[in-house]
Amino acid sequence: MLADKDRIFTNLYGREDWRLPAAKKRGCWNGTGDLMALGSEWIIDQIKASGLRGRGGAGFPTGLKWSFMPKEVGKRPHYLVVNADESEPGTCKDRDMMRHDPHLLIEGCLIASFAMKAHAAYIYLRGEYVFERERLQAAIDEAYEAGLIGKNACGSGWDFDLFVHHGAGAYICGEETALLESLEGKKGQPRLKPPFPANAGLYGCPTTVNNVESIAVTPTILRRGADWFSSFGRPGNAGTKVYCISGHVNNPCNVEEAMSIPLKELIETHAGGVRGGWENLKAVIPGGSSVPCLPRDICDTVLMDFDALSEHKSGLGTAGVIVMDQSTDMVQAITRLAYFYKHESCGQCTPCREGTGWMWRVLTRMCEGKAEMSEIDMLLNVSQQIEGHTICALGDAAAWPVQGLIRHFRHEIEDKINNYRVGKNIHAVAAE
Amino acid sequence: MASRHLAKEQPKTFAFSAEGEKQVKYWLKKYPKGKQRSAVIPMLWIAQKDHGGWVPEAAMRVIGDRLDMAYIRVLEVATFYTMFNLKPVGKHLIQVCGTTPCMLRGSGDLIKVCQSRIGSAGSISADGNFSWAEVECLGACVNAPMVQVSNRDGDLYYEDLDEASMNALLDELASGKAPIPGPRVDRVTSAPTGESITLTDASLFDGSRAKKLKKIPNAPAKTKKAAVPKKAAPKAKSATRKGGK
Ligand SMILES: Cc1cc2nc3c(=O)[nH]c(=O)nc-3n(C[C@H](O)[C@H](O)[C@H](O)COP(=O)(O)O)c2cc1C
Ligand code: SF4
Ligand code: FES
Repeated sequence: MLADKDRIFTNLYGREDWRLPAAKKRGCWNGTGDLMALGSEWIIDQIKASGLRGRGGAGFPTGLKWSFMPKEVGKRPHYLVVNADESEPGTCKDRDMMRHDPHLLIEGCLIASFAMKAHAAYIYLRGEYVFERERLQAAIDEAYEAGLIGKNACGSGWDFDLFVHHGAGAYICGEETALLESLEGKKGQPRLKPPFPANAGLYGCPTTVNNVESIAVTPTILRRGADWFSSFGRPGNAGTKVYCISGHVNNPCNVEEAMSIPLKELIETHAGGVRGGWENLKAVIPGGSSVPCLPRDICDTVLMDFDALSEHKSGLGTAGVIVMDQSTDMVQAITRLAYFYKHESCGQCTPCREGTGWMWRVLTRMCEGKAEMSEIDMLLNVSQQIEGHTICALGDAAAWPVQGLIRHFRHEIEDKINNYRVGKNIHAVAAE
Repeated sequence: MASRHLAKEQPKTFAFSAEGEKQVKYWLKKYPKGKQRSAVIPMLWIAQKDHGGWVPEAAMRVIGDRLDMAYIRVLEVATFYTMFNLKPVGKHLIQVCGTTPCMLRGSGDLIKVCQSRIGSAGSISADGNFSWAEVECLGACVNAPMVQVSNRDGDLYYEDLDEASMNALLDELASGKAPIPGPRVDRVTSAPTGESITLTDASLFDGSRAKKLKKIPNAPAKTKKAAVPKKAAPKAKSATRKGGK
């Protein structure tokens, strides 16, 4: 188990006070000005060396992303935008960071903005997080009051303003360019790339969008050293990570653990194990709803990191671990996700707009067995036509869970179709 | 895509309350000159709170005029984002998360409670107290199943529910109480139930981490002074949103 001394989010559960004096006592804002004095290049180099990969789902190396920002500020100001839209089913970690450890995020915003030469940052929260927004704003007000941000932040000579913004219920606004559209006061419809946000992002200015966790871990990485951070996890998968364990476990929870921890150990150590014992496990969605599920035999040994999960055609995504025991109707579980994607498609590309609805309707019939066997392959085929053929990755995200279902639980769909036919006395067409 | 339409019956006019106006002013200050349109979502949200939980078309026009936006653009935003209610709702809007993690832990039971006590989704109970909707993941999945209750006073999460605690929650609301948000089982926020095995080391909280750093790891050998980059520390006071020099 990760030792307490190596945890970044020491108030993850809010057992302690979130306010500034207590946060400082926990080590937050310690030496921030001294870190900044080492310069933006040093900061970016350290983040690169730490091996930190974005915690928002795609796992892009954070230091490298920061280095894409123009080296000098031209006519257009630079912006940092923090993605706190957190709407991926199975994921609820950013929420805890914002309501219980807000100062880590605020300090991270200052350091990251300084490193990218941004004098202003926006944190975009999903609209439903009203409590978290008010809490975060209260913490920001404290930080201004204490001179930690604002003019000459932390005595660094750097002026920095931090603003909280919010959405109003749209998963797609977590996609970074949809988020920027939304922040500009429009419908949250993703932009075509290029141009990438580092060239033309918020208000057409150079912008970097990062997940809450990616930003909130940076001050601690600098204070404790890139090598400390990279000592956790396998090469290429560095650091500690906050996992969210939901579904059929005895004690669902959020917990910070080392990257590359075995999935089984994660569930058994922290979530009280699978309901009814490990033997009772049917499947796990390891990285939020957008990644394909894994059957038990893979779960027995798989490690929780980017590379191990992608080797099994799944992904670490947001590390939202959704556990399903033997009582789960897999077809129904995935159909409910298909509904989610249909509901959340922004509607601007045809494969996604039409395909998500089509997949949901077919799956809904399959839940009852009212389908032809040949439709299973047709479903797979349609999912592959959506994947990679859309403006943003929501299309992929909608296709992957369905593909995972067919890859590992095709027999459950077939059983339903067969049972329906038996019940209705329909002669099954000989399965080839 | 969710298809959403405006209510047939609409008030002719809308005006922000005094408190609403204060909030609008606060939000408008956050965005650079000429980018006030960014405030459209916060303003629609304030309007919704001011108007008993839903946004009338008249409010969209008021906001369009304020932000110098074509009405159709405001309408687009109001219909795109599902937190804007386009027709009247009950005093308490119960939003039941129905997405898979909540479904696995019994959101179906919560939906049944709503159906039997309030009626069909979207309808308002006879006493005007309640309406309900099934919504998508609310970002509290380790406290599933859960609901968000929106009313004039706030938008709070009630977590780790089951049929009995859901009924109790509705009873409390109906009797005018303000139920305490958070988990309805014995646990602290998103921590696992039972004895804590993490974050128990007292040295995390006793101030030892606040001691001045003796040495910053991997700091360049040169003195700090030499490392202060000129470009990173503009001498003149820089206009915050203009981006440095
Ligand atoms: C449909 C969709 C939804 C997304 N939702 C989120 C989200 O809620 N939070 C988040 O940080 N990233 C989300 N992302 C990923 C962002 O586009 C982006 O990659 C991320 O914010 C970058 O931050 P990182 O580099 O720190 O991971 C989403 C992507 C897609 C395609
Ligand atoms: S893939 Fe879907 S969500 Fe993404 S831009 Fe296209 S229609 Fe919108
Ligand atoms: S699925 Fe219900 S809160 Fe995430």
